[in-house]
Amino acid sequence: MSSKTWNNLTRGVVRENPVFVMMLGMCPTLGVTTSLQNGLGMGLATMFVLMMSNMVISLVKNLIPNMVRIPCYIVMIASFVTIINLLMEAYLPALHEQLGIYIPLIVVNCIILGRAEAFASKNNIWYSLMDAIGMGLGFTLALALLGGVREIFGAGSLFGVPFLSQDAYPILLFIMPPGAFLALAGLIMVFNKIVGAK
Amino acid sequence: MSIAMIFISAILVNNIVLSQFLGICPFLGVSKKISTAVGMGMAVMFVMTIASIATWLVYYKLLQPHGLEFMNTVVFILVIASLVQMVEIVIKKSSPALYQALGIFLPLITTNCAVLGVAILAIQKEYSLTEAVCFSLANAIGFTLAIVLFAGIRERINMIAGDLPKAVRGAPIVLIAAAILSLAFMGFSGIGR
Amino acid sequence: MKSNLFNMIAVLLVVAVCSAVSIGYVYELTSEPIAEAKKAKIVAAIKEMVKNFDNNPLEEKTTIGTDGVVLYPAREEGNITSVAVETSSSQGFGGKIELIMGILTDGTVTGYKITQQNETPGLGSKVTEAAFSKQFVGLNTHNSNFSLKKDGGEIDAVTGATISSRAVIDAVKKAVAAYNNFAGAIDNEQ
Repeated sequence: MSSKTWNNLTRGVVRENPVFVMMLGMCPTLGVTTSLQNGLGMGLATMFVLMMSNMVISLVKNLIPNMVRIPCYIVMIASFVTIINLLMEAYLPALHEQLGIYIPLIVVNCIILGRAEAFASKNNIWYSLMDAIGMGLGFTLALALLGGVREIFGAGSLFGVPFLSQDAYPILLFIMPPGAFLALAGLIMVFNKIVGAK
Repeated sequence: MSIAMIFISAILVNNIVLSQFLGICPFLGVSKKISTAVGMGMAVMFVMTIASIATWLVYYKLLQPHGLEFMNTVVFILVIASLVQMVEIVIKKSSPALYQALGIFLPLITTNCAVLGVAILAIQKEYSLTEAVCFSLANAIGFTLAIVLFAGIRERINMIAGDLPKAVRGAPIVLIAAAILSLAFMGFSGIGR
Repeated sequence: MKSNLFNMIAVLLVVAVCSAVSIGYVYELTSEPIAEAKKAKIVAAIKEMVKNFDNNPLEEKTTIGTDGVVLYPAREEGNITSVAVETSSSQGFGGKIELIMGILTDGTVTGYKITQQNETPGLGSKVTEAAFSKQFVGLNTHNSNFSLKKDGGEIDAVTGATISSRAVIDAVKKAVAAYNNFAGAIDNEQ
């Protein structure tokens, strides 16, 4: 693997992590991460859309007139989102129900349009795919971490398997809205500490 | 659900930003100063209300009669994006003063998930046109309330930024403040149905 | 690429057509599995809710009232043993909540299974979980008060999700009313 490929792949995971560093895509980050499973599901769904849109946009970038660039990107992204929405409803109905309205809202996830505009419209398909995988992984990682932390503290379980005894109370706050902000604040502090220390 | 309940519920009890997590990007991004927060709030209120009328009409008059409900995400985002553009052009021509105030916020609204979210929610809840308009207006007020309150808090935080421990500077302290604000809004959860 | 009116319109048109065609194709492809998944869920929920039956409750479905409540009577050797009631409420936080409730002939509730909801994940969606739904098991349609404790009834709301809890109760109340009607009709018959 060439160093540029590797560079494009890893950039999104740590250095420019969309959640911890760039603070993008905050709505699903905070909204669906009440459990590890939801976080993972949302992250992977977003990654799928990101990969498809980055690839297609990089392919057709020279065919699209500059002025209508953004509307074209939005239509393509919205199509991929609708497609994954339908596929999930058909084959993963339980997860689809859990994620609810946040699936159509992948359309307005700033990460996707952001990467289309900032990366895929300027680079070839291979690098665009690597960028999408990297960013997707970084996003999924962040959502899974946040979902895991919130589920452990807020529900006393992991992947839906409870580990607390029946009469122990989990810190319910972490499942509720304020807990989303608190858990993310905590994770960013830890992230800054680790990455900043290097 | 009565109109009054829609308002109380959307503004206080289930605030769109603080408990539904829609429109978080502008909430965190454009809330450094009260004045810009007010501008953003006004722009959102404007677009969200018009967008809800447009998307409601498109859904019930165009998509549903032809069995195309599954296309709603694509169509709604297009309607919203073109609406934002149109509003921008109209305001620019008709009211330069208003354009000065709202101008820079308008393009940002296309990717504000609160607008698309409210449009989709109004359809999911099977609201009538009047209810949908009230619902989106109420959510827009809720958004403005949250972002303006939050901007006020952030202005205070900035005054003491130098005294904060290094680890919480920047994003973490902002998120902690948002958590406390969200906690405060949870106090309303007993009101209404 | 430089923009002019012709290429802008052409490109937008092509993009829109490609998008519509691909979505339409996937919709055709998935509409059957989606419908099947939904039906399987309802059938599974009905079978789980009714007790002791040798008929096919789906074949005997009857509609009562105008609010869309459907009853599926389960029979053993011709006698009704229990009834699965399909009911819904549009007062959920994220729109419609649909559920299947099981009721024995003496009015005892065997529980409910939610088949469709759009409540907030992790909050309102907890109405689908046993911690909330088991409170309904054993209540009686004739003399129990199907309301939240804060409204003077017997059910604890899901913490932080009063709206969702009330929506489930709204659906349950419709089911109870429909069942009581239905039970009255059978009693008259016998």
